[in-house]
Amino acid sequence: MVSFLFKRLLQSIIVMFTVALIAFSMFRFVGDPINNMVGQDTSQEERDELREKLGLNDPFVVQFLRFAGNAAVGDFGYSYKYKIPVSEMIAERMPATLELAFISAILSLVVGIPLGVYTALRREGILSKIAMAMSLVGVSLPTFLIGILLILFFGVVLRWLPTFGRGDVVELGFWTTGFLTKSGILSLILPSITLALFQLTLIMRLVRAEMLEVLRTDFIKFAKARGLPDRAVHFKHALKNTLVPVITITGLQLGSLIAFAIITESVFQWPGMGLMFIQAIADVDIPIMAAYLVLIAFFFVLINMIVDILYYAVDPRLRTSDGS
Amino acid sequence: MKLRHGILAAAAAATFAFAAPVVKAETFKFAFQGNLSSLDPHSLNETFLLGSLNNVYEGLVLYDDNLAVIPALAVSWEIIEPTKWKFNLRKGVKFHNGNDFTAADVKFSWERAIGEGSDQIARASKIKSIEIVDDYTVILETPAPNPILTADLVNIYIMDKEWSEENKTTSATSVSADNSGNYANLNENGTGPFKVDEHKADVKTIFSKYDGYWGTMPSNVTRVEFTPIKEAATRVAALISGELDLVYPVPVQDWKRLDEAKGVKPLAGPEARTIFLGMDQGRDELLHSNIKGKNPFKDIRVRQAFAHALNLDAIKKKVMRGAATPAGLMVAPQINGFIPELNTPYAYDPAKSKELLAAAGYPDGFEVTMDCPNDRYVNDEKICQAVASMLAKVGVKIDLLAQTKSKYFGKVLKDGGYDTSFYLLGWTPGTIDAENVLSSLIACKKVEANAGLFNLGNYCNPKVDALTAKIGSETDQAKRNAMIKEAFTMVKDEVGYLPLHQQPLSWGVRDGVGVNQRADNVLDFRYVVIK
Repeated sequence: MVSFLFKRLLQSIIVMFTVALIAFSMFRFVGDPINNMVGQDTSQEERDELREKLGLNDPFVVQFLRFAGNAAVGDFGYSYKYKIPVSEMIAERMPATLELAFISAILSLVVGIPLGVYTALRREGILSKIAMAMSLVGVSLPTFLIGILLILFFGVVLRWLPTFGRGDVVELGFWTTGFLTKSGILSLILPSITLALFQLTLIMRLVRAEMLEVLRTDFIKFAKARGLPDRAVHFKHALKNTLVPVITITGLQLGSLIAFAIITESVFQWPGMGLMFIQAIADVDIPIMAAYLVLIAFFFVLINMIVDILYYAVDPRLRTSDGS
Repeated sequence: MKLRHGILAAAAAATFAFAAPVVKAETFKFAFQGNLSSLDPHSLNETFLLGSLNNVYEGLVLYDDNLAVIPALAVSWEIIEPTKWKFNLRKGVKFHNGNDFTAADVKFSWERAIGEGSDQIARASKIKSIEIVDDYTVILETPAPNPILTADLVNIYIMDKEWSEENKTTSATSVSADNSGNYANLNENGTGPFKVDEHKADVKTIFSKYDGYWGTMPSNVTRVEFTPIKEAATRVAALISGELDLVYPVPVQDWKRLDEAKGVKPLAGPEARTIFLGMDQGRDELLHSNIKGKNPFKDIRVRQAFAHALNLDAIKKKVMRGAATPAGLMVAPQINGFIPELNTPYAYDPAKSKELLAAAGYPDGFEVTMDCPNDRYVNDEKICQAVASMLAKVGVKIDLLAQTKSKYFGKVLKDGGYDTSFYLLGWTPGTIDAENVLSSLIACKKVEANAGLFNLGNYCNPKVDALTAKIGSETDQAKRNAMIKEAFTMVKDEVGYLPLHQQPLSWGVRDGVGVNQRADNVLDFRYVVIK
């Protein structure tokens, strides 16, 4: 177990270094940061001076190593646009993104798994057919469109829910939460549905397919023959055997929930890290872009590691094979 | 399309005249597409930042609702010598923290604006020195006679010397210097009618009324909440759903929707920004064209052919939904030095255009790449597409390169080596005066002298340059305007540029909210009235 963890850790560091390198090499194609940092009347000497001071004239390798060296000790520099430390900005934005991703993940699991089981058991039922049809919508409609449609219906036509922002937040030390105010909770509803919809349908279809597979196997037939109640057969025996792929996908999808919250966040003006990143691209705010991408890589690496450990817990076969 | 600009302006004016004392608390919520990047008034020379901060900080003078200069922290001024201006300062003004405003603050603020890290150096350099005569009198010396000094003073905001020194924020917020994380970046202490209660960059800024304000204003607003909303669709939805009182800009395509929706309406007016096309007339061979060995744009007949091929009315109707004002001049009517008789666009005449091209030696036209931003001006990419199809009709094949503003400006401006042959650009002179257009866009490009820095195509006429220099220091308005007219006439005769239109300001407001839509796209809280 220890050697396994150590190996994964080493891999993770290489992955993050590679992501940083690729990301950094792309920034030169985003545009010129200087133009976004000065007004139209700023003279050429001042522009040149600023470029020199930011080190933008240095060769790529020098710029990258400087960034990597600072990032290794947790210093991501100052935002070009806001002139405040990037680490502070990320700390300020992270709660918004994590709360949204967390609620979306819960939503997709709590709704997705039961729906998957149900549609597998009652394949011909009307409800199953409706759920399957709806899931097609969830998989095929782009997030942006779903968000806009939800805003139009629940925000503009019915006026039940707020159309943008996070509502009032409560500060708990370094964390800001929207869970404790009414407007905060109401504001969460539309974005979390938008973000969860794709994952929800994915999990539902996955569980359904796996269940159908497992239900055909002999041991389920034996379990039924033994006279076990349906409930125990379906949930204790069948569902448990579908969980390995579900955990894998859920884990990976949690990473995507955080990373791809970008679109949902910009549709709902949700003040999270994704929105900050989108804005940073428009402003060519290199320190923010770099820090964000490294952080997202870190999340993916971390989640994958947790997933691997969870396999150990769920699947006994993996435990024995590691003994060698 | 109903444009209610006039009515609202009238309503705002009426309220101004009969301004009643504020009785109840009114909150005004608005959204803009961009964000307020800093609270430091010297950190960035950007319209939205300076416009927003003008509610918090003030200069010696102020723009009124029609962009006319009115007294603010100075009550009066006179030119005592051609290069010396004496300003009498307002007495009894207090900063938000209770400190008194005095002449020392004026001198300090100017030094901060011209110092390390400031993005207001260009503006502050219009002043050579400041002499404190007494606590309420200062003499400003300019490097040369400057008839439009007050236009620059509008945007040099006065900060409190004691407060800045206490909080070690005596130089402007800048990422390049050691003063990153500057106190004034996230805190303010101005003299304006509103204070900042809370500022989270790119998330939310909350202003509240400053009860100790020296002036009176039409506004009855006690609290202002600003949220940046980047997506246009979200912005418009938030207005229609009743969560916000004002959003801007609104895509012109959405005006119909706002007209039809209950309780909201579009608010449109001409912006002081002129959108135009420029052509590379400097290089001996175009960088991006199939014509080798010569530059077609050096031939005036080709430039005329382009001018006559453009149907500005069609652009106005089809692309701008009727909301643009076709232009024949590089400055808008709100700008000092505007000449109505020169504002007639070049006539649309494709047959003549073809003849001119043939006469110039291009009977079958030629190919040229056009650079265009796609997220900077109102419908910028669509305008370029329309221009391309109009030019195609006279045989000129346009290869359109439309990209985001960061990439576009990175290519066509100086740092990209002015890498363009044909481009679309928009310009609002920061001083609301024609001289800025002449010296930035029309003067021969001399990078070391900071002349013609944005004259991307390097149109160059030494006679115009000589006039521009004189205009810069002529204090007699009549003589000055005559010279401006002479200069613009030459540019027009030589087809130095192809002006297209003034783009519209496009805001959306809730019924019962009166605002003044200033032509430089600034929202002044002083004129926001909630009924």
